[in-house]
Amino acid sequence: MMSIRSLAGACLSAFAALSAFAVPASAQNYPTRTITMIVPFAAGGPTDVISRIVTAHMAQTLGQSIVIENVVGAGGTTATTRAARAANDGYTLITGHMGTHAASVPLYPKLAYHPERDFEPVALLAGTPILILARKDFPPKDLKEFVAYVKANAEKVNAAHAGIGSVSHASCELLNSILDVKPVGVPFNGTGPAMNALVAGQVDYMCDQIVNAVPQIKAGTIKAYAVATPERNPSLPEVPTTTEAGLPAFQAQAWNAIFAPKGTSPAIIATLNAAAIKALDDDNVRKRLLDLGSVIPPSAQRTPEALATLVKNEIAKWTPVLKPAT
Amino acid sequence: MELFANLAHGFAVAFSPINLLMCLIGALVGTLVGVLPGIGTIATVAMLLPITFGLPPVGALIMLAGIYYGAQYGGSTTSILVNIPGEATSVVTALDGHQMAKQGRAGPALAIAAIGSFFAGCVATVLIAVLGAPLTKLALAFGPAEYFSLMVLGLIFAVVLAKGSVLKAIAMIVFGLLLSMVGSDIETGASRMAFNIPELADGLGFATVAMGVFGFAEIIRNLDHGAEMDRNLVQQKITGLMPTRKDLADSTPAILRGTVLGSILGILPGGGAVIASFAAYTLEKKLAKDPKRFGRGAIEGVAAPESANNAAAQTSFIPLLTLGIPPNAVMALMVGAMTIHGIVPGPQVMQKQPDLVWGMIASMWIGNLMLIIINLPLVGIWVRLLRVPYRLMFPSIVVFCAIGIYSVNNAPVDVVLAGVFGLVGYWLIKHDFEPAPLLLGMVLGPLMEENLRRALLISRGDWSVFVSRPLSAVLLAIAAGLLVLAVLPTLRAKRDEVFVESEG
Repeated sequence: MMSIRSLAGACLSAFAALSAFAVPASAQNYPTRTITMIVPFAAGGPTDVISRIVTAHMAQTLGQSIVIENVVGAGGTTATTRAARAANDGYTLITGHMGTHAASVPLYPKLAYHPERDFEPVALLAGTPILILARKDFPPKDLKEFVAYVKANAEKVNAAHAGIGSVSHASCELLNSILDVKPVGVPFNGTGPAMNALVAGQVDYMCDQIVNAVPQIKAGTIKAYAVATPERNPSLPEVPTTTEAGLPAFQAQAWNAIFAPKGTSPAIIATLNAAAIKALDDDNVRKRLLDLGSVIPPSAQRTPEALATLVKNEIAKWTPVLKPAT
Repeated sequence: MELFANLAHGFAVAFSPINLLMCLIGALVGTLVGVLPGIGTIATVAMLLPITFGLPPVGALIMLAGIYYGAQYGGSTTSILVNIPGEATSVVTALDGHQMAKQGRAGPALAIAAIGSFFAGCVATVLIAVLGAPLTKLALAFGPAEYFSLMVLGLIFAVVLAKGSVLKAIAMIVFGLLLSMVGSDIETGASRMAFNIPELADGLGFATVAMGVFGFAEIIRNLDHGAEMDRNLVQQKITGLMPTRKDLADSTPAILRGTVLGSILGILPGGGAVIASFAAYTLEKKLAKDPKRFGRGAIEGVAAPESANNAAAQTSFIPLLTLGIPPNAVMALMVGAMTIHGIVPGPQVMQKQPDLVWGMIASMWIGNLMLIIINLPLVGIWVRLLRVPYRLMFPSIVVFCAIGIYSVNNAPVDVVLAGVFGLVGYWLIKHDFEPAPLLLGMVLGPLMEENLRRALLISRGDWSVFVSRPLSAVLLAIAAGLLVLAVLPTLRAKRDEVFVESEG
């Protein structure tokens, strides 16, 4: 089943390569056939769900279907390498992510691509806020107490994360570097097992994306100290922001954005960007994204230029934090 | 009674035409996935996930669940017929199941696997409905130390189930553990034994190694000149399709014990179902009056692990339904399916989504019924497949395996690696090393290593944590006891070993 699909994929990309030579001026009528969107994580994860919601609407605007291809492995870098090497004709795109297009730079010294040099930024889609979470009987009552407690007991506390290079790992390293502590980091294989350990009280705290945490917080099986975004999240209105709770330096969200291979024509980028913006302004799309606890970027952050700046800033932000960890 | 009201509600949901259809599709696809070697449940669920986006959420999840437990039914088929376990959970089924097939008893083996699975599935479904919530505590009671001890116990099972030399079995387990360490280190991300081959960075796949050491090695051995007679014999002496009264009498206690073990171990996140099948086999071999029959076509050796793996596949839904935490990779994909449909699984999912939870529980019973109705008549067809001349059969097996292995990661390297493991496996068979302990070592290795490191990280390097935690201490004590039981006979007399060698 897969093999037939990939055979078809191979034919398609061979065709794509040919047509790229034949009609370089086709950017005006773009798109004339199906677009492939590579998602560097498994189907059903936050990046995949956000990509599907937005691209379903973009396909209507563009008048061509957009096929999602989930390519997993090596923290999303396998897929990103493939996208970087794809034909730059606008028919292969990737939903990049905080990990693949920023944290990967310090984490993987032998990375086969560079997020800035090998990609054209298209549009920022939506981000998932990061929460500071703890087991339900962890002594500190609020973020101030948490900071004091972790600093005082740095030898004793354990921080869980979902594996090297995961969002929870990167954001916990950022938090630890701001607090200037080095707690023992306990690695798990994915956020599921890490959350299990937190609910069971086997570890003390972790940083995780809001999607997985909301039901547990509401059921009282774990507690949340703060959300690391400038504004409170509608799905957890009672949880303060890090700024309100006294730790304004800790700002993190797992952002997702569309990228095209380097050299894709500016006209195509503009078409795609307009379609993405239109999707983000659609009421139905907005509702589904907000239901997930996602943050939709304001207009100023939706241009390709703004995305380029974001990538640059994010690489600068994560590099000093993650470099010593490897 | 709230329970009955809930169940009645669940059946009302599950019996709607669309959900019945979804359940049937799931059961059919699951059977197919289980039967086709190399195409695993995780890959299939991942591939089919996008298709379910257009379906109503309850129907979509009923279908995905059907694929998952349906694969446990089908998984035994290739194990028994051609000695190729499609899933880690059906590795032990191959031990006695394939021997039964060689003795012309493929029919009874397949039928008992289906009957055992059906019984286990029904019991486990009731268990989920009645005891789901309290059993959740078990999943939470297992911390890293307890897991490590459970994995040690699991590896000891592998020693016990080996029919030949204990020393060779231990060697195979250690080899399996070494293979499991290929890839990225979980704590530091450092590359281990990957030899700078990017495809090895994420480790060796189960399908790659299993197809190699079981499938390809078996084919090479069958094409071996000496084996030809033996093979023709298999094709000629096929006897009855259905189990005899004696078979059923022998299997009944095994099915019961397998169901209990599987139901309990399935709740544990991680390798629950795999350990359950090995544990059930070990238990039967230890309880049997004549343990030497095992590995030579004992029907209990098929009935117990098949019941256990199906029970475990069902009860592994408990942590997902009561806690909202996925215990394994397939369940994680189910969480993804729920998320896409706007249902975020969590501790309140039972109250907030009664349609979904009770509909799924009811559909599992319906699905099991469908599966036995699908599978029993298929037995005749599968057995007839054995009559196909081997010169036609083996190329198709090789092609199916190659497609299956390739489809896991779309990586040609995996197919080449499976070929290499085929040669390794052939050498191992020729020297009386058994591949089953190797696979168990490989499957349990990562869980064992990760939990050992986690436990020691949390205890700050204090090894006493494994004996100071009661659950962990009990598990280690059982493991030590089993090892002594396994080693004693070989120390006393080398009779069993001599027997194997003269046979080989």
